[in-house]
Amino acid sequence: MPITSKRPSLPSSDKRWRIVAGTMRRHGFAREALIETLHTVQEYFGYLDKPSLRFVAASLRVPLSQAYGVATFYHYFTLKPPGKHTCLVCLGTACYIKGAGQLLATAEASLNVKAGETTLDGNVSLVTARCIGSCSMAPAFIFDGETAGNVNENALRSKLAGWKN
Amino acid sequence: MTLDELEQIANEVQAAKEKSPRALNVCVAAGCLSLHSDAIKSALEKEVQRTGVNCRVAGTGCMGLCSLGPLVNREPDGQLLKNVAEADAAEIVEKLESVPPERLLCSREQPFFQRQTAVVLENSGRINPEKIEEYIAAEGYQALVRALTEMAPAQIVQEVSKSGLRGRGGAGYPTGLKWGTVAKTIGTTKYVICNADEGDPGAFMDRSVLESDPHRVLEGMIVAGYAVGASQGYIYVRAEYPLAIKRLQAAIRDARRLGFLGSQICNAKFSFDIEIRIGGGAFVCGEETALIASIEGRRGTPRPRPPFPAQSGLWQMPTLINNVESFANIPTILRRGGEWYASLGTKKSKGTKVFALCGKVRNVGLIEVPMGTPLRQIIFEIGGGIPDGHRFKAVQTGGPSGGCIPEQSLDLPVDYESLKEVGSIMGSGGMIVMDDSACMVNVARYFMEFCMSESCGKCIPCRAGTAQMFELLTRMTSGTATPQDLELLEDLCDMVSSTSLCGLGQSAPNPVLSTLRYFREEYTEHIVDKHCRAGVCECNHLAEVSA
Repeated sequence: MPITSKRPSLPSSDKRWRIVAGTMRRHGFAREALIETLHTVQEYFGYLDKPSLRFVAASLRVPLSQAYGVATFYHYFTLKPPGKHTCLVCLGTACYIKGAGQLLATAEASLNVKAGETTLDGNVSLVTARCIGSCSMAPAFIFDGETAGNVNENALRSKLAGWKN
Repeated sequence: MTLDELEQIANEVQAAKEKSPRALNVCVAAGCLSLHSDAIKSALEKEVQRTGVNCRVAGTGCMGLCSLGPLVNREPDGQLLKNVAEADAAEIVEKLESVPPERLLCSREQPFFQRQTAVVLENSGRINPEKIEEYIAAEGYQALVRALTEMAPAQIVQEVSKSGLRGRGGAGYPTGLKWGTVAKTIGTTKYVICNADEGDPGAFMDRSVLESDPHRVLEGMIVAGYAVGASQGYIYVRAEYPLAIKRLQAAIRDARRLGFLGSQICNAKFSFDIEIRIGGGAFVCGEETALIASIEGRRGTPRPRPPFPAQSGLWQMPTLINNVESFANIPTILRRGGEWYASLGTKKSKGTKVFALCGKVRNVGLIEVPMGTPLRQIIFEIGGGIPDGHRFKAVQTGGPSGGCIPEQSLDLPVDYESLKEVGSIMGSGGMIVMDDSACMVNVARYFMEFCMSESCGKCIPCRAGTAQMFELLTRMTSGTATPQDLELLEDLCDMVSSTSLCGLGQSAPNPVLSTLRYFREEYTEHIVDKHCRAGVCECNHLAEVSA
């Protein structure tokens, strides 16, 4: 079947779009590449904004509503830009019974944000995870991509304090 | 690749080992790695280089006893070193030929190691997961080569059936039966999917297997592809497991390089390839029809069964879906025979099961025991009991679909049926021990919150029912509930479990039902006396104010 409608051109000269396009090409611009492509966008841009969703949806010929539906269905995708630092609190069962709930409250209080939000100055995002599989070191956190085990109140406070500008 | 060629690779690895028999194997699986075992590894490497001793330093997978990590295994004497720090590197290398420092010594003579039977974990912590040659030296890919050159697909299905292996994802469906159904279904294109969307909070078995011995899972999948007549496989793995993804990618690359993946594998008329699909952090995608929807690039919502994926799965083609641990059992089953596997375990639950033992227990880590091992033995002998002078209260199995098992049921042999009898399920293998500092109403509320926010929203009983149940449980923990609320909660449990579309909703009431069954008095205390005996819930505070 001949392809009639043209694929959209890259949104900007930003090199990262070429990587995104590369992911789609690897999957032959098939519709089922939607999730894989959104993973690539988030990996390189940190989040999914409207232009990127439009670009991916148009390139893969899926309705924008479907792209938006997928982006909001999966917890891993975020539509908001992340802060400079990310503090991830694991709320898995093992962490929870070892006090992750209280630690989350501590983090919320000291950053003055709720879970899922970013501080007003854009410095720290506070996010939660269902389980990061580091149950042997509960309660576990991921600070800027680095897993930390057996975290207590003091360790958490000093880590967050160290991130202050 | 032939058996002779495999043997040659194995011999080369062996010869290299004999040339330099001393080795320090550092655990670089997730647990120890987050305690910076990679830095310890490079410290040891530097120290070996500096002193010029003949000793290999390598990274391996999980050694099991994660709570004493970072762990280092010494060859050839097999001594295990615990709580190793970077600063210990010099001393460890210096004492390579003598007894290691006392403070680092971790005895293998303790029940934690002695009470285990390793099948799935047989290579875990012993081989370098990033070297296919080491897997081959540990008899890896022999089962595949034998299967492709000496066995007909039907024979393989028969062998798996004989082993009595049941789905390790939790439901316990006979694996051989599933394979047989897919094999018999007529279709030109079939798929094999490995479910590595390990979503149960408190479970990290699949993660460890993928990080410690990824080739075992690939081998199981390729054999399955041959047995059912599929030529494409997918591994659906959580985005939260970056290390597992990295090791899988490397393993797939190496398997292609040696011709275990690709066309005409082992010169047989059989082609098979595997691709990785990364999940998006949706718990419901552990359900097979939701997982298939996700691989197809859509929202992960389940659909009614039948048709089962075996008849109409990925892109409406016959599809075999098994869990990581199920596939990981296959190479050993084929190598040692279905009968041997069936000799382990109980009458209805054969073989071994890997558990992630965590929570309030002394020895936290990854264990593998024969089916039928009593819970008491797992928690008090292997797990070493409850630390800090607390008392055992309950053990939670099966994640949000499971239940809490109390002290009086601890002598229960762990298998699919008996766990169901006491109101829990086997689940994928998370085992979270709770002591008297845990409030069971709060635990039930925790799981309900989980199910509520993980409900995909497709069917109303689950979407609305879990939200209502969560609200009722919140009233209880905050001290504003009435006795009628408890009645309503029980009604809702019945409604949600009997009318939900998929397993998530059907099993969402389990944590409530099981805590009600064994800890009903705690519910009454929260509702009538506004008292939480564990001191966890807000209702205590309320009672103080009004007093």
